[in-house]
Amino acid sequence: MLSKKERIKIPRQAMPEQAPEDRIHNFNEVPYGYTTELAKLEADRCLQCNKPKCIEGCPVNIDIPSFIALIQEGKFIEAAQKLKEENALPAICGRVCPQEEQCEVKCVTGVKGDPVAIGRLERFAADYERAHGEVALPELQPKTGKRVGIIGAGPAGLTVAGDLIKLGHDVTVFEALHAPGGVLMYGIPEFRMPKEVVRAEVDYLEKLGVAFVMDYVVGRNSTVRELLDNEGFHAVFIGSGAGLPSFMGIPGENLVGVYSANEYLTRANLMKAYRFPEYDTPPIRRERVAVIGGGNVAMDSARTALRLGGDVTVVYRRAREQMPARDEEIHHAEEEGIEFKLLNNPIRILGDENHRVTSMECIRMELGEPDDSGRRRPVPVKGSEFIMEIDTVVVAIGNKPNPLIPQTMPELKLTRWGTIVVDEHTMQTSEEGVYAGGDIVSGAATVILAMGQGKIAAQAMDHYLRTGKNPEPPPPPDSGTPAT
Amino acid sequence: MFKILHKQEVAPNVHEIVIEAPAIAKKAQPGQFLILMADEKSERVPYTLSDWDADTGAVTLIVLEAGHSSRKLILMEPGDQIEHVVGPLGVPLEIGHHGTVALAAGCYGIGAILSIARAMRKAGNRVIAIVEARSHYLHYYQDQLREVSDELIQTTIDGSEGIKGHAVDVIKKRLEDGEQLDLVVVVGCPFMMMLTGRETEPHKVKTLVALNPIMVDGTGMCGACRVSVSGEMKFACVDGPFFDAHAVDWDELWDRKAAYSQEEIQSVERTEPVVPLRPGSRTDTL
Repeated sequence: MLSKKERIKIPRQAMPEQAPEDRIHNFNEVPYGYTTELAKLEADRCLQCNKPKCIEGCPVNIDIPSFIALIQEGKFIEAAQKLKEENALPAICGRVCPQEEQCEVKCVTGVKGDPVAIGRLERFAADYERAHGEVALPELQPKTGKRVGIIGAGPAGLTVAGDLIKLGHDVTVFEALHAPGGVLMYGIPEFRMPKEVVRAEVDYLEKLGVAFVMDYVVGRNSTVRELLDNEGFHAVFIGSGAGLPSFMGIPGENLVGVYSANEYLTRANLMKAYRFPEYDTPPIRRERVAVIGGGNVAMDSARTALRLGGDVTVVYRRAREQMPARDEEIHHAEEEGIEFKLLNNPIRILGDENHRVTSMECIRMELGEPDDSGRRRPVPVKGSEFIMEIDTVVVAIGNKPNPLIPQTMPELKLTRWGTIVVDEHTMQTSEEGVYAGGDIVSGAATVILAMGQGKIAAQAMDHYLRTGKNPEPPPPPDSGTPAT
Repeated sequence: MFKILHKQEVAPNVHEIVIEAPAIAKKAQPGQFLILMADEKSERVPYTLSDWDADTGAVTLIVLEAGHSSRKLILMEPGDQIEHVVGPLGVPLEIGHHGTVALAAGCYGIGAILSIARAMRKAGNRVIAIVEARSHYLHYYQDQLREVSDELIQTTIDGSEGIKGHAVDVIKKRLEDGEQLDLVVVVGCPFMMMLTGRETEPHKVKTLVALNPIMVDGTGMCGACRVSVSGEMKFACVDGPFFDAHAVDWDELWDRKAAYSQEEIQSVERTEPVVPLRPGSRTDTL
């Protein structure tokens, strides 16, 4: 047994990864993941706190010290099973959760040194279990005879499906696209989220008994109301995502060569355009690509464009500190040779006589007073306009909620941004038996936030299916203590 | 998987494909479209619905071989399974009582106006179906269209059947002769739709065109199908496919549609010949 002092002395273990000069020529995953030796060494850094803070930071309340203790003991499969008690998709979360803002930021070893690499350990355990064949199935609760319809096979929907099938309900997931996974399939590239991993997580849910119906567009093939009234579903969860790309509203945005990040990434990821002509969808293979935006989607688009052989520049109107992308993603992009034009804003896109993009005019920005979001507002510098010679623009400035379900369910209450209004304790919408979560509720957020909302919804839906009522809201915090 | 129930070439390179898709047939309405993938590696390509039968669960499409994806489809035979069929997508055409409705169609649009004509007539409109083709042997569905319209006018560019010229010439003449058309619907290639809109505009006749730009997902997610209508950005898949012909930016639409022509040629060149293997087929017995 190591002493606390010895544990603190172990440095945080880096994850081996493909060298930048190699990986820019392929779509293989960048980090290789921990070996068993590295995983045990990293796990040994965990102090097994009596009151672990890390769990508080986890949107799905994973028992982090327990799964890490199992890795310390070399019980890797058991560690994966421990993870799956709270999270049906650990191989996904281990890869794409922003642990640095969640569990790891709370880790006590991080106060003086580096926090335990919880995300890398989560990924290790899940990958180990998958690589070693036997994925054990948990025991399911007795069948309740209740049927749940889930709209969208993305992170939120998969989470609800995993939780409710274990609780004994019959679960059917409806997906509009031809493959399950939502943003994990169409949005996040292979080099960051191997599709085989997504497929394995979906297979696991199928083995638990979840039914998946592809090519089914709720709002067109059936409305939510029809699922409830005519097709025998007792409750419905809407996890349809933020599927309507935003554009900047500047001249030239409909020129040939301007793409939404959704289209650009969907072609590469879901349609496998990077394997054209083996796959039929043509990729967008151009020489000089400008990606607009500073989030993870912008980083994914830029790194995809690079792998398709382009010179890539990210254009973002604020400064590096304000980029919403994870540090790790920005770092990877920089390592790969992507150029960043920060504090620059596009004002128009120019094209030739065939409406094809030839250049983009930008203006330099400087940071002014803080805006509503607390970030310093970028303001244009007069007379600083300049032209960038480019042939492709990828617009990665976010999404609006997809209108298909709200359009076909007029009674559903929406916010003024078009997202669905829910009770945050239950994720129930304005309609009884209808719950929602993920980007259709929160706008455009993260995979794990969608999963966290899915977990809350699943608990409330279970209660509703059993009792016909939602769970009581928790008492307001600090009730009874007078305000000071 | 969606089974092909029936397939026939109704005119040279015009294929009628009937697919078993009950969930689509139950909900289909005139003017909507489907997205098909012949196999897992196919593109997602939109096709306008021609007809359907909610009772039998069959849906009918008209497919012209125009590239690699459509070639894959027309090489399939009855009994084969199409990997993915999604729909019905798009906002249905508003069927109401308008008065006299002229439906102008060319190529795949001739199939597409069949269900529109039937619904418009049922709603009490006088329906004039005007179909165009290069020559007489390229016309198809003429008997079916005659059955569901009050008047069927055929045009051919070579004058071998019906009126010599294009559908737009018929509309132009009728408007100049003072005939009242209350609504014109055009389904065909962008050029035909644009020209028809140009002729009806001075007569202030409401004209709807079914736009078919490049799409990927078909549910609003990707924005590939964006078009400018009255200077506003619209998505043909969720806001369309029908738009006011007089408000569409045709130049832009035209260029956006040709965005991948080079890649499309490359794809066809590099995959030829595509011959599916099946018992009894020629390759199988070689």
